[in-house]
Amino acid sequence: MYATNYHRPKSLAEAAELARSADAKYLSGGMTLIPAMKTRLAAPSDVIDLTHIAELKGVTVSGRSVTIGAATTHFDVANNAELKRVCPAICHLAAHIGDPHVRHRGTIGGSISNNDPAADYPSAMLALDAIIVTDRREIAAQDFFTGLFETALEDGEIVKAVRFDAPEKAGYAKFPNPASRYAMTGVFVARGGDGVKVAVTGAGDNGVFRATDIEAALARGFDPAALQGVTIPADGMMSDLHASSEYRANLVVVMAKRAVAAALA
Amino acid sequence: MSDISLVVNGRNVSASVEDRTLLVNFLREHLGLTGTHVGCDTSQCGACVVHVDGRSVKSCTMLAAQADGAAVLTIEGLADGATLHPVQAAFREHHGLQCGFCTPGMIMAATDMIRRHPEGLDEKTVRAELEGNICRCTGYHNIVKAILAAAQAMAGGAAKAA
Repeated sequence: MYATNYHRPKSLAEAAELARSADAKYLSGGMTLIPAMKTRLAAPSDVIDLTHIAELKGVTVSGRSVTIGAATTHFDVANNAELKRVCPAICHLAAHIGDPHVRHRGTIGGSISNNDPAADYPSAMLALDAIIVTDRREIAAQDFFTGLFETALEDGEIVKAVRFDAPEKAGYAKFPNPASRYAMTGVFVARGGDGVKVAVTGAGDNGVFRATDIEAALARGFDPAALQGVTIPADGMMSDLHASSEYRANLVVVMAKRAVAAALA
Repeated sequence: MSDISLVVNGRNVSASVEDRTLLVNFLREHLGLTGTHVGCDTSQCGACVVHVDGRSVKSCTMLAAQADGAAVLTIEGLADGATLHPVQAAFREHHGLQCGFCTPGMIMAATDMIRRHPEGLDEKTVRAELEGNICRCTGYHNIVKAILAAAQAMAGGAAKAA
């Protein structure tokens, strides 16, 4: 790792001020940034630790409205009793990221800001129609995730929280890579007042995406059987040593069936 | 450089460290606590697991500066003098190791796992919870046995104490 300067601001304003320095990066749980720094894929002049800013932490559930602070760990999302009551699918998702030690450090804000094409959370944000709240504005999830490791965040902008209305039913199913536990394909389904939304991570060439063919089939019947015979084109699917694009296209439908079954369970 | 102060195994420690120093290197090279191992150095194997503020973490994937102000527990801090911690005793009793390289991380992961499951553990849960700890010798069977035995022993102890 190249030399860097560590900062621990106590407020968003202080963090934003520190970020003006040339090559600064925000640090949350560090589960991606620190490995990237160790391999010198990232070499920020300054790292600004956001995890000691009180307003970025915690889960608030008010009726069906959910707000999760950006610096809330996967462990704390997975084990939040109120969240489990209104949207158990997101707790299930958080409980299957990485391993226990990673979940104790990694955060939802870090995950979505990094927008790894195989990360779990982006699919939930998209299917739940979440709003990403930053220190400057509010961004709809569909406008937030713009490509591989790319988001709508501007230089120095900080994700404060994510907000969504808990749907009537939701489920998440992923086929984890046997070594890394990242999603080789993960599907989040949500059925709410405005229909069924299905978002896929780990499979798309351009990162997380909505599977509109599957949404249309599930709008006719929210049941795994409704997806019998539905196929997804392999064009636009990732292909790597773990799985071909055809394999992933098939996995999308299989995981969607399992996610619907989980939502109904 | 950062001046950091933390509590390691119950002892106050202050030091001046390079900001890029990893927690595991701080423990091993600055404090001489070499029980915490560096295995893969890529956040996968879990040989470096320690507890920070009561939660298991991979100390190869955390800066020492991030632990400023925290309480850290390493394998050296588990035993009570000459008396092994119940998880350590169970690993010995059930031969939960062969080469022993992964063992400190396994034991720190196990104590955290047992704390998080006061309702008790079954084999399936233990195996799932060990996802972040790799052992290349044992095939895990005796590690799982040891953790189950320790969980039971500790539950019994707590019941007796209550």
